[in-house]
Formats: sequence, structure tokens, C-alpha cells
Amino acid sequence: MEVSRNWRLQEQRYKLVGETCDSCGVKLFPPRDVCLECEAPAYELFTFTGLGEVFSYTTIYDAPAGFENTAPYTVALVKLAEGPLVTAQLTDIDQEDVHIGMPVEMVTRKLRADGPEGMIVYGYKFRPSVETAVA
Amino acid sequence: MNVSIIGIGQTEVKELWDTSIRHLAWYAIEAALDDAHTTDIDAIYVGNMLAGALSKQNHLGALVADFAGLRGIEAVTVEAADASGGAALRQAVLAVKSGLVKTALAVGVEKMTDATGAPVTAAVASALDADYEAAHGLTMAGAAALLMRRYMHEYGLDVADFAGFSVNAHANGADNPLAMFRNRLKAERFTGGPLVADPVTLFDAAPMGDGAAAVIVTSHERAMDMVPVPVQIAGSAIATDTLALHDRKDVVWLRAAEQSAKRALEKAGVSPDGVDLFELHDSFTIMAALSLEAAGFAERGRGWELAKNGAIGRNGRIPISTFGGLKARGNPLGATGVYQVVEAARQLRGEAGDCQVDGAKVALTQNLGGMGGTAVTHVLKVE
Repeated sequence: MEVSRNWRLQEQRYKLVGETCDSCGVKLFPPRDVCLECEAPAYELFTFTGLGEVFSYTTIYDAPAGFENTAPYTVALVKLAEGPLVTAQLTDIDQEDVHIGMPVEMVTRKLRADGPEGMIVYGYKFRPSVETAVA
Repeated sequence: MNVSIIGIGQTEVKELWDTSIRHLAWYAIEAALDDAHTTDIDAIYVGNMLAGALSKQNHLGALVADFAGLRGIEAVTVEAADASGGAALRQAVLAVKSGLVKTALAVGVEKMTDATGAPVTAAVASALDADYEAAHGLTMAGAAALLMRRYMHEYGLDVADFAGFSVNAHANGADNPLAMFRNRLKAERFTGGPLVADPVTLFDAAPMGDGAAAVIVTSHERAMDMVPVPVQIAGSAIATDTLALHDRKDVVWLRAAEQSAKRALEKAGVSPDGVDLFELHDSFTIMAALSLEAAGFAERGRGWELAKNGAIGRNGRIPISTFGGLKARGNPLGATGVYQVVEAARQLRGEAGDCQVDGAKVALTQNLGGMGGTAVTHVLKVE
């Protein structure tokens, strides 16, 4: 299902490609073509580093169709180092260890799988930043 | 031209397994037609969010008009997630104000129980950004939880600080025979409820149920000849914000709610101090707190305090959720905005029974879509 829909999001899902505004320089993710800050056209692509910190988070128990088998899972608003917030799951961490302000980094993981015969959707999740974890 | 309400109708809100979406809409319309003592309707605006997804039924304008015996008239669906009902009423008001439609009917209808479980949760999440929120497993409750956690972090609050919203809603719902939940909730039971999306529990989240409500509007001039107490729609406004929380510069502020409240109150020439009751969109306790702030009843970061000091009670400074609100009356998503207006009209007519706010003359209603991507505000008043 929805093959084309996931295909056309590959630059965002696999590489965090957003946009930068020519007029005010603000970085945009997700890409939106019209700048969120100044409403000028923003078509220039910009690839984010994938570094950021947790701005807010929740662990979801009542999961929607397609996510029942992975519940409970944690979804966060991550504040990217370049400015914007992104909504993504956290991974490689126990939910009770998550806190606001925690440094995280983007990784590629399985977002959902539609049964044994269905499509597997991959995309970005965030995990505790490895540098911070080591230090 | 001033617009007034001449008829209101509603069904009870609950799991109505025996009732189809067309019957739900008809029962509310029938009650409103009876109330207005007329069948002379020129246009119907149907507020609905999920009929296509859950009942495999779109094209509700024609379906509802036909089933109500009003074949031939203008009828379309208006969709704005769980603000669909308020948005449908807004279209009815605009139609009458345009002078092209004499009498318009707004009916909000939602049939939640044609499906159950995870598919319903996914359908409700379609109010969010499908590509960048729902695709990552975020749900409506999850989005509210992200908002609530951040709000608690910024203002140093605990979950227990939100208890008063649900306690008040259940206390009022107990007096409303049409409410989905008529049990009272004790404040000390509020924390530790079953988790939906941490920190949001079943005691924060409004229950979704089947239901329909209808409102008939016409010019105030005609209304004065038709009914004993026309309820004037003195202000009406819709504003929009980003669908996704991650696109908001100020995440813990409902900008559309603020804008639409300001516009509607200005149009009505009313300040928040002049409002006798406020039917707000308490889909989650955090949304009640943020709505009070956005509409001007509390300073930024202090909306939660009104639930602690009795201000939102029936005899308080600004009574809210007077028939139970979304939390206890129940939340039939696309119908909710019309329920709010039906309830406010009953208050202003002095027909609210055990739920009556004494001497109510001015009511504010505010219906939100998703996390406030759409906000519809109406100011109702009687002379």
C-alpha cells in the first residue's frame, strides 16, 4: 500500500533533507516551499546534521493501525541543532530514561511493516547521542 | 444583518450500536425542526470528520437532506477535523448573512462505532500531519501528551494540577441526561488513571461516542417573529494554525484559538469579563487550560489555575463544560462544535435544567480541530 507516497518522501525519511529560505536564512524541516518565518519562497534544499535534543516526549499505549505490534513506543518532538522541531520516535533507550533536553541523533530504522507480505517502511528515528553516551 | 438561532436539537452521546449515521443526523434535525416549529429550510451544512473512513460513507449533504425529507435543497459537508461542527455552523451563519439563504441548518454528526480499535485511532490521527506526524505513530492523544509534557516542564506542574478540569466536567455531566458519562470523578482518583499516551490518561482524554446535534439559524428579524427567545449569534470567527505542533514557533500557545476568540469577541463587542459561560474544547485537560489562556480568561501559563480555585464551576467566575463538556458529555468529533452551541443556547434560554448557570446572557463557544489547527469561536447572547 501507498508505495508512491512513501517513495516520494525518501529524501526526508532517509537523509533529513529540508529547505533553507533565501530571504531570511531560516532552515525548514519538513520542507514546505513557503518560508514559515517570512512567507518568502524557500526551495533551496538543505540537509540537516541529524543532531538535536528532546523538546517533549510521550509514550504511546493506545496505538493506531500499523503500530499495534510495537506499542508502547516513545514519540518525541526533537529540536534539531539547526533550529526546527521534528516529530519522530525515540529508539535504543528505555522510556523511563528519556528527559527533556537530552541530546539525540538521527538513525534509520523500520517505521512500520504491513504484515508478512506488505511493504516495510523505513525512516528516521532518534537515539541518545553516542558522543554524549560515551562521555 | 444579525443572525439568530431558532431551533436546536441533539441526540444523547454514547455507543449507539443500533443507530446509523443517517438516523443520527435525522434525529438531531427532527428535534431542531420541532423546536423551531418549521420545516422551511433552504440549506444544510453537515459537520463530519470520519464518515468516509469509518462508515465508508461520504456525500453526506445529499444523504442527510434526502433522509430528512428535504430533497432538492442545497446541502454539503464541511470538514475541519473535530472542528467540523463549529465550521458547519459558521457556513450556515455566512449563508444567512449573505442574504442568499433565508434559513440554514447546521448539523454535526459522527458515527464512531462503525469501526473499533486501532483503525479508529488511526482515523482520528488523520487530523494530524499524515506525512510527518501520523506516519511516525503519533496519535491525537500522543500530540496532546507532547503538548502537556512541555507545558508541565515550562511551568513546573504535575499531572495532578489538571485534575480540576475533569472533576468539573464529570460533576456537570452527572446532571445532563444526554451525557455519555454521568459518574462523578474524585480528584484523588485523577492521577494514576490508565495511560493512553503518557502523561495523558483516560481521565484527561474525552471519550469518543456517537452523536448528532443541529442548529437552525435565520435573520434576527425573522427569528423575533418565529420563536419566543431568539439566541443571537453576535460573533463568529474561524482562524487557522499549522496542523503539526513541530511547525509552531510557540508550541504551548494556541494561536488560532486566540485569533478566532479575539475576532468573535470584537465583532460582538464583548470582553472576556462580559462572558457568563464558556463551552470550550476540552478534548484533553491540557486543551482546556490552553483554551482559557488563548481566549483571554487567564494569563499565559496560568490557565490550569482556574481549575484549582473553583473559577470554572457552575457558580464560578467563568463556568466551562456546563453540560459535561467533551470530557463527560462525550466527544462525537465532527458533531462536538454543534453540541457546544446547542448547550450554550439552552443556557441562554434558561432551559438548561440542573445544568443551568443562573442569569446567563452571554456565552462563548470554541471548537478546535486537532491540536488547534482550526479554531471556531462563536459568541451567543440574548437580550
